[in-house]
Amino acid sequence: MSTGPGSGTTNAEPWGSFDDNLIQGSSAVIDMENLDDTSGSSFEDVGEMHQRMREEEEVAAEAAAAEEGDDGEFLGMKGLKGQLGRQVADEVWQAGKRQASKAFSLYGNIDILRPYFDVEPAQVRSRLLESMFPIRMINYPQKIAGELYGPLMLVFTLVAILLHGMKTSGTVIREGTLMGTAIGTCFGYWLGVSSFIYFLAYLVNAQVTMLQMLSLLGYGLFGPCVVLLVTYNVHFHVLFYLLWLLIGGLSTLRMVAVLLSRTVGRTPRLLLCGSLALLHMSFLFYLHFSYHRILEGLLDSLEGPNLAPIQRVPRDVPELTLNNTLLGHGLLATH
Amino acid sequence: MSMAAEEEASRPFAGLSDVSISEDIPVEGDISVPVGPSRTEEEFSTLDEPVKETILRDLRAVGNKFIHVLYPRRSSALLRDWDLWGPLLLCVTLALLLQDGTADSDHEGGPQFAEVFVIVWFGSIIITLNSKLLGGTLSFFQSLCVLGYCILPLTVAMVVCRIVLFGASGTIGFVVRLVVVTASFGWSTFASTAFLSDSQPANRRALVVYPVFLFYFVIGWMVLTFSPSTERQP
Repeated sequence: MSTGPGSGTTNAEPWGSFDDNLIQGSSAVIDMENLDDTSGSSFEDVGEMHQRMREEEEVAAEAAAAEEGDDGEFLGMKGLKGQLGRQVADEVWQAGKRQASKAFSLYGNIDILRPYFDVEPAQVRSRLLESMFPIRMINYPQKIAGELYGPLMLVFTLVAILLHGMKTSGTVIREGTLMGTAIGTCFGYWLGVSSFIYFLAYLVNAQVTMLQMLSLLGYGLFGPCVVLLVTYNVHFHVLFYLLWLLIGGLSTLRMVAVLLSRTVGRTPRLLLCGSLALLHMSFLFYLHFSYHRILEGLLDSLEGPNLAPIQRVPRDVPELTLNNTLLGHGLLATH
Repeated sequence: MSMAAEEEASRPFAGLSDVSISEDIPVEGDISVPVGPSRTEEEFSTLDEPVKETILRDLRAVGNKFIHVLYPRRSSALLRDWDLWGPLLLCVTLALLLQDGTADSDHEGGPQFAEVFVIVWFGSIIITLNSKLLGGTLSFFQSLCVLGYCILPLTVAMVVCRIVLFGASGTIGFVVRLVVVTASFGWSTFASTAFLSDSQPANRRALVVYPVFLFYFVIGWMVLTFSPSTERQP
């Protein structure tokens, strides 16, 4: 194959280059078959081989073009063949690369994420405590730790607390959907609101990165975790409102203070912090009362298929007992 | 081609140079590669042993690991030859026990079974990834194996709970179940941390133990709050 350009230049007749080209094509095919046999582990060698092959092909094409400028049709054919071979080789190379990268992606991702999990227990503890104490310092940017261990664990804790709350609220039946709802709600809130606030911060030119936003909002979930853990077990509305205002308000104030210190201008501050405070407080409110909503949804779904028998037989005794039990559940769940 | 080869080879192999092949006879032959070294491993072959022996050997290995979990003494047997048969067995048993026996309520069984499966496997995967991210030296499947095997106390608690639910279903029954589940939850957490914490940096053990604690707590909570649907809907 390396003798290709040499034989091409020495050969004076026009068919020489074509034969040469055919040989080149066949050698390329053989190379690709070998390439298929290698099982992904030596893909660097394959890439090297492909690179070398391409260079040689280019050299050969240049030499041929310089030698026989008048044979337009053969040149065109040669160009087409070379292109085809290159394309196929490229495709195989890409496929091999994709497969290998898929196999290594797990460990690659772990290595990428590792810096964000580089914490000590004492650091996590102090950050959890700090998330409850707002600092009134808004003319100098406050520090936000770019770390994901605490936020992730807090989100999982919130999922567990939510599952517990949904179970004690009497919705044992729809367990699978409860699980999905809990995970979806918590992760959806964390990721969704973080992205939304980051987008807003980008619009109003606040100095916050996505990682900092995730960390800030994640640690901000510590307050709601505490509130929900207490109020799912102690059913007093007054207690909930008190804790909601006190603990939820403190954790919201902390985030608001941090964002305030990193934003310039009155309207941007109002927009950013107002939306964050509104979302965070209403999320806690929603989570506390969400099992009521799910219970009502459950009542609807239970009553749904039984609607027709009610119309046909007005005084159905089992229907009456069912309604009574449901009423009892509703009464139990309201306080 | 053959002419040139002959010309080149005539100097070093003078004795072979007069071997000439006429051009109209095609050159043929068989290439046989001697298969030597693979015969040496014949005594380890399990191909021609009875199926019963194979299954019994594997079951014995699984049972040995169960004993290791029930009596955690920091041995590396659970880590050295990991397998996922025990976790699968425990997970299926737990899911089947948590599923309600009533066949008429078809919308109840499926999600519960799936939920147990999802919690057990995704929970252990998340714990494993977390421990890897925190700098643990355990491999992925070793950690999955340990976490799966350490569900055993909770599965035992589930069996006890079902038996208790057959008998007494009042406050006494609940207290018994609470005690059993709490004990088995502590046991699970203790056993898994005994295996896992050696591979972690000493200053980060608490960070690794917390998700493990949460994981077994959720499973224990599911076991504790389980009650057959015949009680709920008379």
